[in-house]
Amino acid sequence: MLERISQIVDEVKAAVVAATTSAELEELRIKWLGRKAELPNILRGVKDLDPSERGPAGKAANEARVELEGAIDTKMASFAGAELELRLVEDAVDITLPGHPQQFPGGLHLLTQTMREIEDVFLGLGYGIAEGPEVELVAYNFDALNHAPHHPARSPSDTFYVGDSVLLRTHTSPVQVRTMLVTPPPLYVIVPGRVYRRDDDATHTPQFHQIEGLAVDEGISLADLKGTLLAFAKAIFGDEREIRLRPHFFPFTEPSVEVDVSCFACNQGVADGDRCGLCKGTAWIEILGAGMVDPNVFASVSGEQPAYDPGKVQGFAFGLGIERIAMLKHSVPDLRLLYDNDIRFLEQFA
Amino acid sequence: MKVPLSLLLEFCDPGLSAEEISSVLALSGTEVERVTRLGVEDSSNFVVGVVLTADQHPDADRLKVCTVDVGAPEPATIVCGAPNVGAGQTVAVALPGAVMPVGMMIKKAKLRGVESSGMICAEDELGLGKGHQGILVLAETAGPAGRALGEVLPLDETVLELEITPNRPDCLGVYGVARELHAATGAELKSAPWENDLGSAGALDGIKVSVQDSEQCRIFTARIYEGLSAAVTPPAIAAHLTAAGMRPISPVVDITNYVMLVVGEPLHVFDLDKIDGDLTVRAAAAGETVATLDGESRDLVEGETIIADAGGPTSIAGVMGGARSEVGPDTTRVLLEAATWHGPSINQTSARLGLRSEASGRFEKGLAPVFASRGQAFASQLFGEIYGVAPAAGTVVVGAVGEAHTIKLSHAKVNSLMGSELTAERITGPLERLGFTVSVDGDVFSVEVPLDRLDVARDVDLIEEIARIDGLEKLGATLPTSSTGGGRLTRQQKIRRQVQDALVSSGCFEAAGWSFCAPGLSDRLRLASDDSRRNAITLVNPMSSEESVLRTTLLGSLLDSAARNAARGAAVIRLFETGPVYLPSEDGLSDEPQRFGAVLCGPSTRPDWRNASPSTVDVHAAIGVIGQVLDSLHCEWRIVPVAEPEPFLHPGRSGVIEIAGRPAGWVGDLHPLVSTEWGLDGGVAFEVDLNAVISASPEVLHYSPVSAHPMVGQDLAVVVDAAVSAAELIEIAEEVGSPELESVSVFDIYRGKQLGENSVSVGLRFAFRADDRTLTEEEATAVRQRILEALQDRKGAQSRG
Repeated sequence: MLERISQIVDEVKAAVVAATTSAELEELRIKWLGRKAELPNILRGVKDLDPSERGPAGKAANEARVELEGAIDTKMASFAGAELELRLVEDAVDITLPGHPQQFPGGLHLLTQTMREIEDVFLGLGYGIAEGPEVELVAYNFDALNHAPHHPARSPSDTFYVGDSVLLRTHTSPVQVRTMLVTPPPLYVIVPGRVYRRDDDATHTPQFHQIEGLAVDEGISLADLKGTLLAFAKAIFGDEREIRLRPHFFPFTEPSVEVDVSCFACNQGVADGDRCGLCKGTAWIEILGAGMVDPNVFASVSGEQPAYDPGKVQGFAFGLGIERIAMLKHSVPDLRLLYDNDIRFLEQFA
Repeated sequence: MKVPLSLLLEFCDPGLSAEEISSVLALSGTEVERVTRLGVEDSSNFVVGVVLTADQHPDADRLKVCTVDVGAPEPATIVCGAPNVGAGQTVAVALPGAVMPVGMMIKKAKLRGVESSGMICAEDELGLGKGHQGILVLAETAGPAGRALGEVLPLDETVLELEITPNRPDCLGVYGVARELHAATGAELKSAPWENDLGSAGALDGIKVSVQDSEQCRIFTARIYEGLSAAVTPPAIAAHLTAAGMRPISPVVDITNYVMLVVGEPLHVFDLDKIDGDLTVRAAAAGETVATLDGESRDLVEGETIIADAGGPTSIAGVMGGARSEVGPDTTRVLLEAATWHGPSINQTSARLGLRSEASGRFEKGLAPVFASRGQAFASQLFGEIYGVAPAAGTVVVGAVGEAHTIKLSHAKVNSLMGSELTAERITGPLERLGFTVSVDGDVFSVEVPLDRLDVARDVDLIEEIARIDGLEKLGATLPTSSTGGGRLTRQQKIRRQVQDALVSSGCFEAAGWSFCAPGLSDRLRLASDDSRRNAITLVNPMSSEESVLRTTLLGSLLDSAARNAARGAAVIRLFETGPVYLPSEDGLSDEPQRFGAVLCGPSTRPDWRNASPSTVDVHAAIGVIGQVLDSLHCEWRIVPVAEPEPFLHPGRSGVIEIAGRPAGWVGDLHPLVSTEWGLDGGVAFEVDLNAVISASPEVLHYSPVSAHPMVGQDLAVVVDAAVSAAELIEIAEEVGSPELESVSVFDIYRGKQLGENSVSVGLRFAFRADDRTLTEEEATAVRQRILEALQDRKGAQSRG
């Protein structure tokens, strides 16, 4: 009896080792451990044995059953892992298909992106952002900004009027005046916004966007203006950029300058062996106008804000066109594209 | 202003190339718009010719066979195709061997059987401009035949086109530019051409001049030249005028133009024998007319400044002379006027008459009175040189050239404003080279301003001169040392950015719209006649009637942009804008509340391989976008049906957006008539007041405790009358479900025949939870029952089980 048990154990263990599928193992389990199998029969027959044999035979048969169950389970577990992997491999999908659900693309307009980028540069330099009305008083748009009574910009051929003394602001500069009237120096602000001029051609739209900058304190200098605009140019157009100041004329600054940034599309005016199309071979690109705030501008507010006594404070101001910066930086060839809102244009900058 | 480089170099020659000079001028404040090379590489074989005969070519309708005296013993036969060629003309001839600017060499050639020995040239063929209407006909005085063409035309010239800023009318003459070049480079400045004045002061016999309004005419000067006879404009002057874009006409006209080119002062010349009595500078009376030099009769506007004699108006001051006193071939006595007119008035008159000229353009800028005396002095030299006559004794001078003034300039202020450490020499040097007279007294400079620098009145004006001439490239680049600590966005600016970002996240592209719109937009949007949005701010001088009012809603330009995209075949259109609308306010200005709005057309979700044909957007798609924006800012909001829907929206599929309990915008399907009007297939839209969002969005979010106990989820489906809104059911559930009801949402809406026509089944999904214990299923069921009973009582709801 004990010998038979030992034989069964050896035989089944060998069969378990030889088994290659979980189905074979299941067959082995039924054949050797199932209800009608030999080993369970032996166990069931133990009670009929001679009492002296009952103990050893029952123990051996039980141990054999436990051992074989364990062997089959262990082998079964190893098969289950492998077969699961196999099933998973067969259960493959095409992962090159797009995600689901597809989200609609969206994006900020290039003008907003450019405006924010410039705003963030000046926020980092410690400037606040001021805003003001677009329907503006002639007094703030021209008079307080030292425009002579007959300055051509005042002409109805250049400026949109809403009434005798009310117009659509032609620049964001009137917000300089409005801000100084309510905020004593030191003052560091930029002013983004829509402005309007009666121009409509290949390079002008009657509505466009500007950012104005104003810094007023004791001892603010032209060199400070240069350093500030250099920091701006590097932030927007790249750290390798240089700027140069060219003397110019604006009614509300003295001295006045136009500011060029070194061309970022060529080397000294030459790109791919040809004259650079962006800077027209000059190696410089005009980006903005600036200057030291004219004392007459301070005088226009110092009646109400005596701290702006032109004898005490100095300041610089600058103004740039967002459209121009956006077009230069992103190679947009035509101003009209910015206002057409063609989705194929918009999604290029999303 | 076009400046012939050779003329500039006559006054100041720094030994630099045209490009280097351009750069020096640009960096000291005179912008060079263009550098143009005129003429030909090699001017040999280009000569002046005189056409002796011009006959029809025997075999070609459009060609003429000309014999041309080119200074050789025998005239040359030249076949010419220009329509304007004719016998007697003085012309420019390229002889065989001449190389044209395009690189072609002229050779003897047979043209339709006739041998041609050269070419009669047009302006563009000589590299002098764009003119190609016919051959260039020269003044007779350009001869004699055979003269080198380079002596009378600028065949070897470079022209600088300068942009003179409006504060620098002193640079509207070449000598002023030469002074800039001298100041910037230090190269020698030759003495001014007006320095040796051949005329004399004192009363002038033969004419009296009175000026009625000295504001319109700050100075009026005149001289008389008598005994003029045939004369020739020196070829060098003619070449310079041509290079500067002015055609040589006659010696006397050429003198006035050359003085204007060199000095900057426009002159006017009268035939003294045709002036009727004395001259008066006065305002035109209503109804007066004047026959001008161009042969037109011009109606004058009352108040415009004219020069009149006993016979009435004889000239429009500063704009155009009159035919009555025009100089001609027989003129022997002239009156030469040099005056300073009021710039803005000249601007107005020349613009009204469409007569912009080199002269009016200069007067508009406001010339200094001293220019008038300089112009007279230089003209006197030219009359002597060309006609061999001296001015008659005396000069009419009405008005004064003004007196020099002195400005105190502090050394410390210069360096403070510039941020520099300039020595006294670097301050006085630039000023003196520019013609200022400087004396030093300790830390203060006394600076006398030249009479032609009307733009310099204050110390900052002098500092500008120093900065630009010393060189802005030498200036350091520093940052201001003080700060206000104000480098941050305002709350409004921050929330506007968040709204834009949320709209982008919900799959919309931002559009840049126009503030202008057409008055007809109100009708296209079906606004009622008393709709306040019809009350728009109107421009006095719009670009066109289509852009004549300011927008009172963002919807118009969003629809326009959507329509353009639809016309181009875009299947998905999701556009938004943030920006102001413009509402008239009582103070005559405008209220400019910020709004955000969107127009959506196309599928409600993005078609893909799982769902290739999603349903199209409807009002709920728009509400979804609104929700994404408002929820991201933690605003309390809801959509409310209204009795009077927006006229541009579908009346059954639109509503009001309430934020924090107040109306703050609208949302809905576009009215089908509006969709059709813009060529859109359906579409939805909304517009929200940004300020409502700003006030409703909490400034700071505070923690509220989260329960550690599990949630019990249960559903309830009820059948109600279709007029009952889901929001009403939810409101009741929230009220009676408290405190166990954590949240409720609609998970199903069903309409079907078995429910009856006016009924709808609404599936509600509840999440129940207690803060302090684990809620049992039985407790949850009891709350659900409580809710059901309330819905039955108040809304007649029937449970669907």
